[in-house]
Amino acid sequence: MLSKISALVGVLAVSLVAGVALGPVSVPFDLTLELLWAALTGGTIPADLAGQYHIVWDIRLPRVLLAAVVGAGLSTVGVAIQAMVRNALADPYVLGISSGASVGATAVATLGILSGLGVYALSVGAFLTGLGATALVYITARTSRGLTPLRLVLTGTALAYGFSAVAMLLVFQAPRGEAARAAMFWLLGSLGGANWQSLPVAAVVTAAGIVYLATKARQLNALAMGDETATTLGVAVNRFRTHLFIVTAAMTGVLVAVSGAVGFVGLMLPHLTRMVVGADHRKVLALAPLAGASFLIWVDVAARMLAAPEELPLGVITAALGVPCFIFLMRRKSYVFGGR
Amino acid sequence: MRVELTGVTVRNIISDITLHASGEVVGIVGPNGSGKSTTLRCVYRALKPDAGTVLLDGENVHKRHDVARHLAALTQESQVEFDFTVAEVVEMGRLPHDRDPSRDSRVVSEALATVDVSHLASRSFLSLSGGERQRVLIARAIAQEPRVLVLDEPTNHLDIRHQLDVLALARGLGVTVLTVLHDLNLAASFCDRLYVLDEGRIVASGTPAEVLVPELIAKVFHVTAHVVRHPTTGVPQLLFDQEVTP
Repeated sequence: MLSKISALVGVLAVSLVAGVALGPVSVPFDLTLELLWAALTGGTIPADLAGQYHIVWDIRLPRVLLAAVVGAGLSTVGVAIQAMVRNALADPYVLGISSGASVGATAVATLGILSGLGVYALSVGAFLTGLGATALVYITARTSRGLTPLRLVLTGTALAYGFSAVAMLLVFQAPRGEAARAAMFWLLGSLGGANWQSLPVAAVVTAAGIVYLATKARQLNALAMGDETATTLGVAVNRFRTHLFIVTAAMTGVLVAVSGAVGFVGLMLPHLTRMVVGADHRKVLALAPLAGASFLIWVDVAARMLAAPEELPLGVITAALGVPCFIFLMRRKSYVFGGR
Repeated sequence: MRVELTGVTVRNIISDITLHASGEVVGIVGPNGSGKSTTLRCVYRALKPDAGTVLLDGENVHKRHDVARHLAALTQESQVEFDFTVAEVVEMGRLPHDRDPSRDSRVVSEALATVDVSHLASRSFLSLSGGERQRVLIARAIAQEPRVLVLDEPTNHLDIRHQLDVLALARGLGVTVLTVLHDLNLAASFCDRLYVLDEGRIVASGTPAEVLVPELIAKVFHVTAHVVRHPTTGVPQLLFDQEVTP
């Protein structure tokens, strides 16, 4: 297990540097390391490298770090939500966050509301309607017996259709095609807006969420066996599920605000991780964030390079990479989540 | 450890269930839908009764915070989708206890050995047969080191040898056992006392010999039974006529 963790830490380190070096304007690896080193230690660089320094430090590094944060966060949330609702098809968006956020994002893009917030308008709008949608799902799904898994999934799915309809209506009504395109691009996920200002909140919320969930790994194991079993093992099931709901909603809301609705990572990485280490959440929650971080760094590299100077939406690439990989692994006999 | 139910009522299902078990094997028998499982669910806290109390050594189980350290249960829940290994499932029994890695792993391997599934430790739980799963879940309950064991039809899915094994095992633990059983002859063989439920109420209680009499069997189960003595153990055993009574 330790060897798997250290291997993934190594992969992540290489991915971080490669992610900074690679792009429409590639910076050689050794120069990338040199410039990063200089920036971190306060060293000096020759004046003729100022342009490359700007690319490495101001443009690429925050973007690569944000990719790592978003990848780690979505993978972890996917793990937690699949256990919380005991459903193999659940992903971070199953509770309606992304479709709720799309209402805010499209409203900002097409109606120009919140325009006083400038470049943050889209993020803030998405965050607010995303959390509002989740709160609505929570209130609707809640019964006197607490949150039951199937009700949560059904409520989230049903309300998501409603939110999506509102977002589509906004896009359809938009007077300017460009605004609709911006909204659509945002919906498919992009890290193009990354900068040093957008990083800290996302990083702190994600890190705190991952730590919380990792400390609850054994409780998640018990919950995965069923509510009654978890109860007999001393887990206060209703309270625990409510906590999980709040933590995963906060994490997803922040991640969606900074990166849009990047699809597939939160569904696939949990399964990929389980295929390698089994279902024990102590192992899955140690590896899924590392794997997800590296995965999304490379997805974002592809998004920058494949159609340069244009950028592809992340969701297109996660699907193109993820679907074949996923089907290959799932067809191996040893993986049984969701039935043999 | 003593389990005591007083006037436990769940609307439309069970009413005024009063029973106790203390250091003995106590069986609950009754027809389908008579409220046996519901009664147990109140004991292992999956259900909060509308009225009445469930006490564990005099303290209400819904107010105590350490119930899982003393009471383990084998439920009817069976829709697991996650691919845990057998060892991981059994190790979950250690969750209520303070962590102590060396002791935990010793208890887990002893529990696996006790129900004779050590050879399955690294197998996938989902790949097991119904009988193997049941034994693994019993190993988990044992790993919990309970002083009260609540079993909801523990012999489900098991062949006759494993039915006998599991009940002998539960008896051999020397803890308070409260179990629902469908098979009246197994109940007579393994339980010190029985409670008979019918339509959500206790209609009889006592030793198997006191309870399992033809009149009660006819009234509650609507079948005609003959009581014989087991040739070696002497416990009452039932033989049934083929036609049901009205």
